[in-house]
Amino acid sequence: MSDKPENAPEHCPGTTSEEAGKASSCEGCPNQKICTSGALRAPDPDIEKVKERMANIKHKILVLSGKGGVGKSTFSAHLARGLSCDESRQIALLDIDICGPSIPRMVGLEGEQVHQSGSGWSPVYVEDNLAVMSVGFLLASPDDAVIWRGPKKNGLIKQFLRDVDWGEVDYLVVDTPPGTSDEHISIVQYLSCTHVDGAVVITTPQEVSLLDVRKEINFCRKVKLPIIGIVENMSGFVCPKCKTESKIFPPTTGGAEKMATDMNVPFLGKLPLDPRIGRCCDEGKSFLAELPDSPAAVAYTEIIEKIILHCG
Amino acid sequence: MSASTEPSTENRADNNFESVKHVILVLSGKGGVGKSTVATQIALGLQLTGKKVGLLDIDLCGPSTPTMLQLEDQDIHQCTQGWVPVFTDSSQTLAVMSIGFLLNNRDDAVVWRGPKKNAMIKQFIEDVSWGERDYLIIDTPPGTSDEHITVVENLRHRENVDGAVLVTTPQAVSVGDVRRELAFCRKTGVRVLGIIENMSGFVCPHCKECTNVFSSGGGEALAIETGVPFLGCIPLDPALGQSLETGTKYTEAFPQSSTTDSIFNIINKLTSVNIS
Repeated sequence: MSDKPENAPEHCPGTTSEEAGKASSCEGCPNQKICTSGALRAPDPDIEKVKERMANIKHKILVLSGKGGVGKSTFSAHLARGLSCDESRQIALLDIDICGPSIPRMVGLEGEQVHQSGSGWSPVYVEDNLAVMSVGFLLASPDDAVIWRGPKKNGLIKQFLRDVDWGEVDYLVVDTPPGTSDEHISIVQYLSCTHVDGAVVITTPQEVSLLDVRKEINFCRKVKLPIIGIVENMSGFVCPKCKTESKIFPPTTGGAEKMATDMNVPFLGKLPLDPRIGRCCDEGKSFLAELPDSPAAVAYTEIIEKIILHCG
Repeated sequence: MSASTEPSTENRADNNFESVKHVILVLSGKGGVGKSTVATQIALGLQLTGKKVGLLDIDLCGPSTPTMLQLEDQDIHQCTQGWVPVFTDSSQTLAVMSIGFLLNNRDDAVVWRGPKKNAMIKQFIEDVSWGERDYLIIDTPPGTSDEHITVVENLRHRENVDGAVLVTTPQAVSVGDVRRELAFCRKTGVRVLGIIENMSGFVCPHCKECTNVFSSGGGEALAIETGVPFLGCIPLDPALGQSLETGTKYTEAFPQSSTTDSIFNIINKLTSVNIS
């Protein structure tokens, strides 16, 4: 993925290409001098530092979706909590949704702040073996808007990877915002120096979601990010009174399982729509701990087992 | 994907936009709360009341509008004033623009960083020849980033912007993001026309029990707390989402439903807003 600055001419070869500054289209470009100096092709020293931090992390899982509101953060939080049930494992949860950081509230850490130590930024601990980092911890108030363009967001994501001192970690779960833009390109680029186990892609059953999720799958393929599998969230709602199931988000085109088959990606499972999950997230509690025997908790546990198996 | 056009001039941008009487942004800090659904229903509802409407979808990574209006196979054409929007029917009373119309394949991912997205949005605002429109509804992606900063910057000096409608679902996690969107509006000087609470209660079709699937009341409470008008609740109605996937006009197909009532109440409030 070559970078073409906003003020570059139409046929800019890209600032990191061998032709940078030397191609005929570079004549007259305000960046020509910088490009010919080779400065932009020099290796980024921060990447080495990211590599060092990531060397202490055994498994890295990205939670993606093209679509907003399908339950990425809910899933990320519960995946991290589920993994941390085994107290011998050390789990890290990184929230790179810079504009809409939901993770602090969902894990009951809203209002917490990040501290700096000699070895970098200290993440905030939910449990002894579950550490969390989010822009939410850097805000003076949870209501503060982070009104940043792409480059500033990229800078913070790099800082998270470079400066957070997670220590020795078995699983790093990365929660992302919806889309296929700066945050997604950056996290893949910065992690390209290490091994990433893959992405779990979340969707809801209806076509409007699947439309965006197919794009996300194609994004993963474009950047050579392995796909661990698809999860269909909000898959059906059981009325608490009459116990009949309703499809609140009808799978008019066959739902996620059919899409997974069509696109030749693994299908990890379905999660039902249980109002108590949303309430737990609002209250910062673990649904898996509060209602372990509920159908949703059982479904979560099965999916988490499959992810652990994939990571090996 | 072809996105080239003649360089836009200040005059052409102004002309294209001057023919629009009212511009309404549909925002939310949170994804998946129903911005596109609400934007589309407002546009369709206004069209039903005899207005000439434009619907601009600036969600470049996840453009839902062409799918929701069954326009996926349509193309953009150029005229001397710029790009011709796609019309939903021969009456040309609802005109639509989205990056979805520029994709070769519906599954193609638009993997762009901020600057490229900004350039596209600027083109959408300056180069679309809307013609005479009573309302232009602008559907946005979630967040407070490039797309939002760019659209507000490009609309800042224009007289015909009524303001923004903020959509949320009732639960605290959504409301939290919408608080940030309110902060964005305050900081950027965008007038907030009101808050809509979507997916506000599900009525079981079998036993009619209403369950607050995504909690309840958060949107209304936020409106009261922040002194912003509350435009209404829209219930969680599977038929609404389904109608957008099957090409049915929901308010025509279900004229008696409480969802239709809610949508028209919201439209009435928006169209009676007094802009001084």
